[in-house]
Amino acid sequence: MNAIMLSRRKALCAGGALVISFATAGCSSSQTAAATGIGGDTKPKLRPDQLDSWIAVRKDGSVIGYFGKVDVGLGIQVAIAQIIADELDVKFSDVSVVMGDTATTVNQGGASGSTGLERGGVSVRNAAAQARTSLLMLAADKFGTTPDKLTVDNGVVTVAGNTGQSVSYGELIGGRYFDVTLDWNKKIGNELLVQGTAKPKDHADYKIVGKSVPRADIANKLFGAEVFNTDMRVPGMLHGRMVRPTVAGASVVKIHPESIASLPDVQIVHQGNLVGVVAPKEWTAVKAARMLKVDWSSPPPAFPHQADLYKAMQAAKPVGKGGPKAKGDPKAVMAASAKTIDATYLWPFQSHASMGPACTIVDVQPDHVTVWTGDQKPHYVRDGVAALLNMKPEQVHAIWLRGPGSYGRNDGGDSAMDAAVLSKAVGKPVRLQYMRADGTAWNPKGPASVHKVSAGIDANNNVVAYHYHSTAFSREDIASHPDDPTQSLAGQFMGMPVVSKAVFDVPGETYDFGAEHLNWDVVPALLDRASPLRTSHLRDPLGPQINFASECFMDELAYATNMDPVAFRVKYLNDKRGVAAIEAAAKAANWQPRTPKTGKPQGAVLKGRGIAFARRKDTRVAVIVDVEVDRHTGRVWPRHWFVAHDCGLVVNPDALKLVIEGNILHATSRALLEEVKFNPHMVTSVDWLSYPILDIKDAPETINITLLNHPDDMPRGAGEPSSRPVASAIANAVFDATGVRFRQAPLTKDRVKAALI
Amino acid sequence: MGKHVTLNVDGQSHELDLADPTTPLLYLLRDELGLNNPHFGCGLSQCGACTVHVNGTPMRSCVLPAAAADGATITTLAGIGTAEHPHPVQQAFIDEQAFFCGYCMNGWVMTAVALVKEKPRATDAEIREAFSGLKCRCGSHMSIIRAVKRLTEAA
Ligand code: FES
Ligand code: FES
Repeated sequence: MNAIMLSRRKALCAGGALVISFATAGCSSSQTAAATGIGGDTKPKLRPDQLDSWIAVRKDGSVIGYFGKVDVGLGIQVAIAQIIADELDVKFSDVSVVMGDTATTVNQGGASGSTGLERGGVSVRNAAAQARTSLLMLAADKFGTTPDKLTVDNGVVTVAGNTGQSVSYGELIGGRYFDVTLDWNKKIGNELLVQGTAKPKDHADYKIVGKSVPRADIANKLFGAEVFNTDMRVPGMLHGRMVRPTVAGASVVKIHPESIASLPDVQIVHQGNLVGVVAPKEWTAVKAARMLKVDWSSPPPAFPHQADLYKAMQAAKPVGKGGPKAKGDPKAVMAASAKTIDATYLWPFQSHASMGPACTIVDVQPDHVTVWTGDQKPHYVRDGVAALLNMKPEQVHAIWLRGPGSYGRNDGGDSAMDAAVLSKAVGKPVRLQYMRADGTAWNPKGPASVHKVSAGIDANNNVVAYHYHSTAFSREDIASHPDDPTQSLAGQFMGMPVVSKAVFDVPGETYDFGAEHLNWDVVPALLDRASPLRTSHLRDPLGPQINFASECFMDELAYATNMDPVAFRVKYLNDKRGVAAIEAAAKAANWQPRTPKTGKPQGAVLKGRGIAFARRKDTRVAVIVDVEVDRHTGRVWPRHWFVAHDCGLVVNPDALKLVIEGNILHATSRALLEEVKFNPHMVTSVDWLSYPILDIKDAPETINITLLNHPDDMPRGAGEPSSRPVASAIANAVFDATGVRFRQAPLTKDRVKAALI
Repeated sequence: MGKHVTLNVDGQSHELDLADPTTPLLYLLRDELGLNNPHFGCGLSQCGACTVHVNGTPMRSCVLPAAAADGATITTLAGIGTAEHPHPVQQAFIDEQAFFCGYCMNGWVMTAVALVKEKPRATDAEIREAFSGLKCRCGSHMSIIRAVKRLTEAA
């Protein structure tokens, strides 16, 4: 515990934002409060419609923002602080942001769907604007004037033209509570929105929003002062590890405790097919999980041979259908077309494989539970643990700590449930840290998919009909929120009913080809419970795979109609801001019209350039990439990138550019290397050798980024959209380099080499 | 059989009785000495999240038996510099705002410290070579390279 306390203090000293609590000053209500109705000595209950659930002002005038989302490493914490500082007119350094603690923040959905600023930031901004107005009312009352006669600078309110009459925010309300009610749309999660009567500032008045303010957590981490979820230590805590079946779908036949008799003080937890070990020493727990002999049943093979996966998917009977996005009668138009083209694209299962396997500490007490989690949705973790233990959410306190980067539903939610089972069974706090295979082989996967795309072209080389169909596993075979034990490994191993949703999507780009039909079929999961191939959200859920098929096909269509791929997109895209992004990328890259390669490629290293465009909700991204393809090794090196990015109002340009870089790198890794391997019995991608990711030698040389700022718009999502067009752009560039179309991701060395020889 | 080990960690010496001499150095540092660095990433010597310097050389503490480090001088991320007196590598990474989650940081930073000492003017290719094998799942590679080049290009 000492280590943690010390680090927290350090974090505070270093300007970090890890604030635990602040004392209420026992001041009595003043006259000002009586006049304005603002101000109280007790903190109102944590509800979205209470201003005090969002903003607190300390006696020294410093401000705490309570944010119900979390920063998984993309720097949203600094952006939220910028928004608060600007709305309140306080110094940036006076603002700290508390994130993801269920005792002090409302459920804004956690890190989810690139909505950090677009949704989460809006409520924070509205609350901060309301806080400013409330503070001005208090000041007006104090000086016997009206708020419009007041100015604010660095948290000090002054009567205009009378510098003698001034009062600081700290003096006005420090340590007390606003007790002001906000309008709340009665939703929780990403959809939650609150609004006061105060109007937020005009963008022209921003002083801190739009500036590249550095993140505080980076320095803290570099000095070893930041506390990760894995660093939390609780007195009396034991260490847990899980023991998973060696064959997918197997049940426990017999456990042999004698196999670990040589290890001291190990307890075995066994409920249904959930097996775990708990020991006082972490290394003992690791060894016990390895050594414990369990006889598992031999169920029939759960999976096809990997080589047959896409065939099996297309033969399966769908469990859900959707889309359709339809206009006109593309079938009839295509039948009457001068020419039609079609293509099939394949995308594999992919793993989150977060840098560290999930770690959760759970302390189950008879009527209260504490959870220290690194999961990106701590409020839903609270709800899930409560449901698992048959308790009320109010009895569970989830505390979020920074964890290894997470990109959707990774193994975090499962580890919280497993840890809760272990803690309850042994009656002590348990720190469960998964092993590498738990985080690579057993976490939820991004769904595999098959996309069949076709188009009709008329006699004048116009595209006149478009058809896009996906056959895929669901994006929600496991729900994206970890709030339901039936959706967790623990619940499924313990025999809870299986509830699965069939959800997929269609392309988000809006090309106008006249007649179109875009739809999807979801096929059943290969194994219905506790499957290492269960599917859920992985960064920009479905975006990269759907875009891979649609944007590669746009390239194919461009060449089929004798057009340059940039000009083709500009011609057909029905989206002004999208066209602007494409043109900006083309300009930055000095794009020259291209024609397809003819003849057999010559030379050892082939060079090419490709473009892809993506629209994700209201964010547009165009990317151009220059690749080099080694004909003999099959290595594809995306060497130079040009990105044009429009996500509305830019809050922090440098931080945004870094986020875009991270997306490009992560998505490049997925495009070139990532494919979960399995045999009929089990997933065999268990570590970094069997699930390789991008090495720094293959990182690009340059990433040129053009930010298309729209100060008149709100900030739009940025955490994921630039992941979307990466695989498509690479495949298009590889075609440009080699004349070969790669329609199966990832473009591994072996695949590329085989096609080029 | 227990084993007695003496270690100097970030300038402090420790005498420890290891009940299980197979305990990797990583678990000793974290669980016996209470350090928050380094991190467990794979336990398989495949990622670098657990990197510390053992007698000045970056080593992966997840696979190094603590008993084998008996008598060694260990430096962790927290031991290379402080907020008041940052190591140039720490400063360069701050200046570049490198890393997203930072969970991978120990591998990159501790390798960078050794690299700039050994090859103060390392080229782009040498930097990539030195780092090859380290993992960063969030894709911080560009800012990592930029940070190191701040030092190698100024040298
Ligand atoms: S944790 Fe040691 S190399 Fe991965
Ligand atoms: S910054 Fe997250 S793994 Fe490197």
